[in-house]
This record gives sequence, structure tokens and C-alpha cells, in this order.
Amino acid sequence: MLKLRNSREYYGWVAILLHWSMAVAILALFALGLWMVKLNYYDAWYNLAPDIHQGVGMILLAMLLLRLFWSWSNIKPNIAASAWETVAAIAAHRLLYLLMLMVMVSGYLIPTAEGEGFDMFGWLNVPALWHLSSTQAEWAGKIHRWSAWAMIGLAGLHTTAALKHHLINRDHTLMRMMGITQKEKQI
Amino acid sequence: MRNWTRNTLMAMTILMLGAVQPAQASEQHYVIDTANNHAFITFKISHLGFSWLLGRFDNFSGKFTFDKQHPKSNTVRVSINIGSIDTNNAKRDKHLRGPEFFNVDRFPTATFVSTSYEDKGNSKGLLKGKFTLRGITKNIVIHVSQVGAGKDPWGGYRRGFQGRTTLHLSDYKMKKAAMLGPLANNVDLYLSIEGIRQK
Repeated sequence: MLKLRNSREYYGWVAILLHWSMAVAILALFALGLWMVKLNYYDAWYNLAPDIHQGVGMILLAMLLLRLFWSWSNIKPNIAASAWETVAAIAAHRLLYLLMLMVMVSGYLIPTAEGEGFDMFGWLNVPALWHLSSTQAEWAGKIHRWSAWAMIGLAGLHTTAALKHHLINRDHTLMRMMGITQKEKQI
Repeated sequence: MRNWTRNTLMAMTILMLGAVQPAQASEQHYVIDTANNHAFITFKISHLGFSWLLGRFDNFSGKFTFDKQHPKSNTVRVSINIGSIDTNNAKRDKHLRGPEFFNVDRFPTATFVSTSYEDKGNSKGLLKGKFTLRGITKNIVIHVSQVGAGKDPWGGYRRGFQGRTTLHLSDYKMKKAAMLGPLANNVDLYLSIEGIRQK
């Protein structure tokens, strides 16, 4: 049975759930973001799509902060790879965290640029922390767009590497992120 | 010696030029008081035909001349920072600054340069000029009326006008302007401009 926390060999349930739920939500938000900016003013989704994008984005930001805390306060399972691959994997993971943080913070800055908060699913009002100039707000938009593309690109590389471990190296790297321990796999 | 001669000649030329232009004596020069924001460029545009959406441009600068004896020679020159558009909604303002509307990256400023002024009496007039927005120049007419003029409490002299005109978004080739519907093609501008007289 898997534990809540990570071990030297396996990821715990918290890390696994955070990894996959964020992966799914991020891909969905990326697609939603590309689609919603092209909507016509009279489209029924014109206001709804950005509301959902913002609301889910704020949930993701909370999850990311929890994940960073969890990653920092847990041991990491060993990486089954050569020295350079290990360095590359760690660098890619950290860069992914950084890009996620950039996407989410810059995203938050867009609707709050003029110092007003925004409503999140009617649950709560997300307050504005800063008032940006129009130039700064434009930068927030540009950073949001390009860091999102960079994040998705790096996530693609991350996926390719995981599949390479599974299909070519035939090791346990991908399976342990699915919560499958070696023993269960053998049965 | 040479410098002295040149300076004297220049001084004499300036004096003579001044002497042959007595008409200029009644012309007053004003700078629009944007430093302390006693000037406003506001607009309203129909929202779906249900209500008016109001907005303004927060940053602009300009000057005008005023000649009571020769109102025809009145001139106005204004430069507007389009990026300073404010409709009290961060996402809308960002959208408006973007390439689908104002395209502020490419066209950061709009300008108005007057070409003529027609005095209609009773402190009213028609101000004609060239308005350039998104690199496109159109002739527009602004209905102007003076609100007041006189000494201010701080040792200066001020003169204020209000103006109204209507612009048509379709004139300025904004990609998504048509998306807002035909009613939103007309944008009514209301201008409230106070100038401080320059000595």
C-alpha cells in the first residue's frame, strides 16, 4: 500500500494526486485560454469562459503552493537515470514549477490590474493586491501568454521523457507516478 | 566683435519681427492643465443598445491659442496617450489596447490639430481639425463653447471650454469594432478642457 508521503522508492498519494489533477487542469485551461480569446462578443461563452479560466486558475495557484510546500517537505524518490539525465530531470522539474508560477501569477494580474478584485464562482472575491499601470498590465498579458506556451512545451518534453522511461528503458518511472508499486505490477 | 555684431543683428531682427506683427498682440497662449487634471477626454458608446458605457483617456497633453479680436486664428493641438484608456474594467481596457482595437503597441498616440475655428457668437464655435487615430487621419468638427475665463486664486489666468463631437469606429479600421454591433459604431466624445495662460 502506498503511503501519503513520498518514500525513497515511491511517490505518496498526495504528490500523485497533485501531479495528475494539476496536469489535467493545466491542459484544459491552456486549451480554454486559446479558445476564449477568439470568442465573438455575442457568444454565450464570452463572459463565462474567462470566469471559469480565472476561477480554475486561482485553484491551481493554491494547489501549486501546496505542491511546492509538499515537495520541499518530503523526500524525493530516486531517479532511475544517468548523471546527466538526473540533472536534466531536476532542472526541468524546477523550471516547470517556475513557469507554472509565472503563468498563474501573471494570469492573476490581468483582471486585477486596475486594483479591483474578481469574483470566483460566486464563492469568494479574489482581492487585488496591486494596481498596475497600463504598460505593466500589457506585460502581464505577454508574460501570461509566452510562459504558458513555454510551460506546455516543457510539459511535452516531460511527457516524452516519461514515455521513454516506460517504453524504451522499461523502468518504473511512469508507473510509480500512477501509484502502481513494483509488486502490484508483477501480480 | 563678430559675436557682438551677430547678436545685435539677431536682436534687431527679433524686434522688427515683433513690430510688424501687431495683430499677434491679442493672441493668448494656453497650456491645457493636465498636470493637475483640470481637463478630461471622455467618451460614451452604446452597450448593446441597452445603456451607455463611459470611459476616458487619462493621459494627454495639449495647448491652444485664443484671440478675442481674431477668433478665426484660434488654434488647438492635443496629443492623447491611447494606452491610458480607462473604462473601469481591467480586462476590457486591456482588450481595447490590444491589436483587435486600438493596437497601442503600433499606434500609441492619437492627435488633434485644428485647421480652422468658426466663431458662432455667444461663446460658441465650431472647431475643425485633423484627428489622427491608429495612423488614420480624418477631418472632424468639434462643437465648442467657452465655460469661463479669469484669474485663478493662485496668481494665474485660466480659460475653459467644453466640446462635443462624434467619431465613427468604422473610420479607424479596428479589426473587432464591428463585433460590438452597429449601434456601437458611434462614439460620442465630451471634452472638458481648462488652459493656463502662458506669459
